[in-house]
Formats: sequence, structure tokens, C-alpha cells
Amino acid sequence: MSAAFVIISILTLAAALAAATLPKLMHAALSFAVAFVGLAAFFFLLGAEFVGLVQIFVYIGAVAVLIVFTILLTRRDVEKDRGFNWSGVVVAIAVFGGLIWAIFKTQSLSVAAPGMSVLTVKHIGEVLMTGYVWPLLCVGLLLTAALVGALILVMEEKR
Amino acid sequence: MSVAIDQIFVNGKRWLLSWLAGAPDWLVQVASSLINIFALLAVFLTLFALMSVLERKILGRIQNRYGPNRVGPFGLLQPIADGIKMLIKEDIVPVRADKIVHFLAPVLIAATAILALGIIPYGRNMTPFTIDGGILFFFAVGSTTELAVFMAGWGSNNKFSMLGAMRAIAQMISYELPLIITVLPVVMIVGSLAPDTIVAAQDGYAFGVVPRWFVLTPWGAAAFLLFFVSGLVESNRTPFDVPEGESEIVAGHMTEYSGFKYATFFMAEYIGMFAITGLAITLFLGGWHAPVRALEFVPSYIWFFAKLGALLFVYIWLRGTLPRTRVDQIMNFAWKFMLPMAFTCMVAAAVWHYAGRGLRGWLWSFVVIAVAYTALSIILDTRKKFASRTYRFAE
Amino acid sequence: MTPTLQIFLIVSSALFCIGLLAALSRRHAIFILIGIEMMLAAANLNFIAFWRFSPEPHQPTGVMVAIFSIAIAAAEAAVGLALVISVYRHYRTTNVDQFDQLKG
Repeated sequence: MSAAFVIISILTLAAALAAATLPKLMHAALSFAVAFVGLAAFFFLLGAEFVGLVQIFVYIGAVAVLIVFTILLTRRDVEKDRGFNWSGVVVAIAVFGGLIWAIFKTQSLSVAAPGMSVLTVKHIGEVLMTGYVWPLLCVGLLLTAALVGALILVMEEKR
Repeated sequence: MSVAIDQIFVNGKRWLLSWLAGAPDWLVQVASSLINIFALLAVFLTLFALMSVLERKILGRIQNRYGPNRVGPFGLLQPIADGIKMLIKEDIVPVRADKIVHFLAPVLIAATAILALGIIPYGRNMTPFTIDGGILFFFAVGSTTELAVFMAGWGSNNKFSMLGAMRAIAQMISYELPLIITVLPVVMIVGSLAPDTIVAAQDGYAFGVVPRWFVLTPWGAAAFLLFFVSGLVESNRTPFDVPEGESEIVAGHMTEYSGFKYATFFMAEYIGMFAITGLAITLFLGGWHAPVRALEFVPSYIWFFAKLGALLFVYIWLRGTLPRTRVDQIMNFAWKFMLPMAFTCMVAAAVWHYAGRGLRGWLWSFVVIAVAYTALSIILDTRKKFASRTYRFAE
Repeated sequence: MTPTLQIFLIVSSALFCIGLLAALSRRHAIFILIGIEMMLAAANLNFIAFWRFSPEPHQPTGVMVAIFSIAIAAAEAAVGLALVISVYRHYRTTNVDQFDQLKG
């Protein structure tokens, strides 16, 4: 488990850093997709396979394709992102330092993983339909509203 | 005896693994996975080679000519000649193309197609990788294909490639919805996303004679047809091969690829076809089960590959018979017809289940599907209505 | 070394800060959206890690929150990208430094 963990974390963080700093737009968008593959691998490692599969499906199959399409539709032969604000780096490092300090200060976080029976899709389905049925319906409504809203925003106005 | 032949590959793998008897646990797991992967690749790459020549021969016969028949007996060694030709071609990359993206696109497409093959049960106890959410894995991997098609189109730095890639992605995204929603009735009735469980739920015979395959129920038949057509579209086969329409945009997103990379795209399309057909067999046609009780002595993998061959023949038949559809016809068909029919299949499956799964359930779900189909055909009647003609004759 | 909860939290906070970096220092509107998506994904990783290391992992609370969070993130990405496209139609640029008509 630990060798896989090290490899996956290096892959994910390297791809995320590439997505945040590469000047060429397409390369950054594609390394964003690779970072999410790494994140899905983390979910598999933690035993939440269903969430990992949903992550690949939604983020890489849908969100990454959306982002790539939008880059295509909003370029005027400008291939690179000019301008990089260095104060953002300072803020990000400061926030990282603060979070690390908070993590190491809390004593109750250095626990090992307890044993667990495998979480089956059937169990997730049962819980979704009994305990979490209200959030499920609300998310359905939210997705419909987002779909209709996005369509209206992008529709050409009739002159 | 028939059990021994049926389980011959399983026992063979166990014998191979017994050589590693004293090794640590992770080594045995890695070796087991590697044996599965090699067997899978060997079988499906051979099938790909065989199919590439069989398709041309069958297309030739449909068009009243011989197919390739020079290389080897009946032309069956043609794939070797094709392979040598593809390998010795010069690999041309456009100067201003994005080299990394251009290189990675065929790799990614082939990788996702082969990954999707891993969860299909090919015989009794012969699933390469059992994942609890196997069907979701298949669709997650399939949706990554769109990104790879886009990388191919954009990485070539060519307007036609970009146009072809956009058309291909629009087509694939539109048909992903009916593809997934037609799988939902099966998952609902079986209660599990694991392909092994779905195949096991189609075991047995109703009235002792009729197999309990889902394709023999009304919602299953409709869902199978919709799934089959969506599979045709997802693999960019005629009549839906607008992305690679040779008379329109050269080769679409594959225009700037030559030699081995083009062969990789070709292979990825065929292996995608095998994967979707394999999933259709698992979900609707009973997987590796025999259709009649008398023929159950035939090994399970023979049944699976026989069904695979039959469905692939139908694919080739459709390619030889139907002309290409227009892009807007494809989109209209997906959103206006297939999506409502897919939802109807889900409702019909629920009706079948709650009316008892016998004859009464069959009739009620048939009524639901017939009503929905008739309503849709009347509402969507897109035949142009011509004005009445007036004839003027010379007087 | 078996990864403890702290290691997972460090990785997820690193991912969060990289997303913050992308959102704060890039000047293209789409990259700010990418940064926001990365921050959401890092929070998901946090939830799953806490669920796995909790004393009662047979209750899939963390998994449920992560599933809904992924769905909501997809909806938000769609609307955000639609906004970017419609702003581009008006201003013909996606550099956020030039969206300053409400300034001062």
C-alpha cells in the first residue's frame, strides 16, 4: 500500500502543479485531467471504489471535456496565458503552512486505519434511497436548473 | 468431462500460478493479473486481425465481389501483410503540431478501449477483473475516449481534424445517454452492478424451455436494440461514421496520423466494438449461458464467442447495407427518439417486475413500450408535407 | 510506512493550495475555474480520508458527501464555463484583469 501511495501522490501533485503553472492552455487542461485520475486512484486506495469511478466519469468524462471545449471557443489565436501574478504564490504557500501547522498540532489525527468490511455499491444504493433521499432529489433539481441556466446563458440572442 | 473442458483455462492458470507457491502475496497477485492481461490481449488482438480480413471479405460478398484472397488460403493471412505495411510506413508528424498531445492521443484511445475489455465475463469463472461496480467502470473508461478523440483532433493543428473531432465528440456524448439509460433497467432488475451477478441472474429456463435472457422480455428487447444502435454510434461505424467520413473531411480526427499510429486508431475502434458487443451479450443475451438445455455440454466460452461473432456479423452487415446518415439526423434521433424510448424501457422494466415476472408482466410491459413507441412516431413525424401538385400540360 | 490520516491530510491540503495558487495567480478565466475545481476535489479527498479513518466506517457518511459534492461541482463547472463563454462574447477577451467596468 505505501509504495502505491507514494507513486500516486507524486503523480497527482505533479500534474496539479503542471495544471496550475503551465503557460500553454491545452497542456494545462490535459494535466488537470491527469491530476483527477490520480485523485481517483487515491479514492480506490481508501476503499471508496464507487466514488473513484464516479470521479473518473464526471470529472474526466464531462468537466475536462467542457473545459477543453471552452478553451477552443474562447480563443482568438492566443495560445498562451500571459501574465502570472506572483503574489498568489506567496498566499498559497502561507495557507499551506497554516494548514500543516494545524494538522500537526492536532493530536488525534495520527491514527492508523481501522479494519473495515468492503463497501459495496448495494450498500451505497440502500443508504441513498433511505437516509439520503432528500439530498438526492435536491441534487437532481439542482442539476436540471444548472443545465437550463447554462443553456440560457450561452444561447445566441435573437436580434 | 465437459466441466474439465469448460474450466480448462481456469485450471491452466492455476497450474501456472502453482509454480510461484512460496512467493509473497503481492507477487502472486501481480502474476495472476499479468496472466489475465496477456491472455486477454492475445485473444483480442488475434480476433482484431481476423475481423479486419473477414469484414473486407463479407463486405465484398455483399457487394458481389471477392474480398482479399491473394495472401494465404482464402486471404486469411492478409492481416500479416497489412501489419507489415503499416509498420514500415514513414511516420509523418506535422511541423507545427503539438508533439506530446499528438503522440499521446492514439495511446490513450487504445488504452481505454483495452481497459474496457477487462470486466466482461467470457465464460464460467473467466472474468479477468471482478470489480464491484463493473458496469460503471466500463462507462467511466468509455467516457475518457472523448478526451482522447479531442486530443487527436487538436494535436494535429489542422482545421479539418478539429472539425472532425468536434463532430465525433458531439456524436459520442449524445449517444452516451441512451447507452447508459438502457443499461439501467437491467441493473434495476438484477440489483447489482457486477457483470458476474448479471450473468448469473439470467441462468435457468422459464417453462423448462425458454432461457431467462433479458432480451426475451419486451423491455429487454427494446433496450437491447437501443443499446446496439448506441454501440454502433459510439464506435463510429457506418451508418454513423460521420467522424471518419472519407468523402467529407478526409479522415476527420485521424487525418494527420500515418503508419503505426493510424493502425492504433483502427485497432482501438475495433476493440471498442468488441467491448460494447461483449457488454451487450453480458447484459441482454445471457453472457456465456447456452440457449437450450440440450446444448449445455458446449463450453461456456464457445457460447460467448459464438454470440460475439453473430453480433459482429450484424455490424458488418449493417455497414455493407446502409448509407451514411447526416449529422443533424443523428443528433435528432438521439435526443428526440432514443432518450424517451430509453426512459420508457425503464418504466416498462418496473411494470414487468411489479406485475409478477410471468406472462402478465410480459403483456403489460409490452403495452407500455408499444404505447410510447406509437406516441413518439406520431409526434416526431418529420416527413415533409408537400403541397398538392398542380400539373400543367401543354394544351 | 503505512499512511496515517496525517499523510492523507497533508496531500489533500497540498492539492488545495495548488488549486488556490491556480485560482489566485492565473489571469485566464478558465484557469481560475480549474483552480476552484481542484480545491473542491481536495476537499472531497479530505472527506473520504476522514471517513476511512473514523471509528465507524460502516456508515458511509463521508462517501455520500463526496458523491453529492462531485455532482454539485459538475453543475457549477457547467454554469461557470457558460458564464465565461457569454462574457467572452461581450468583451472578446478572457483576461480577468480587463473585466473592470465596475471599478472605482
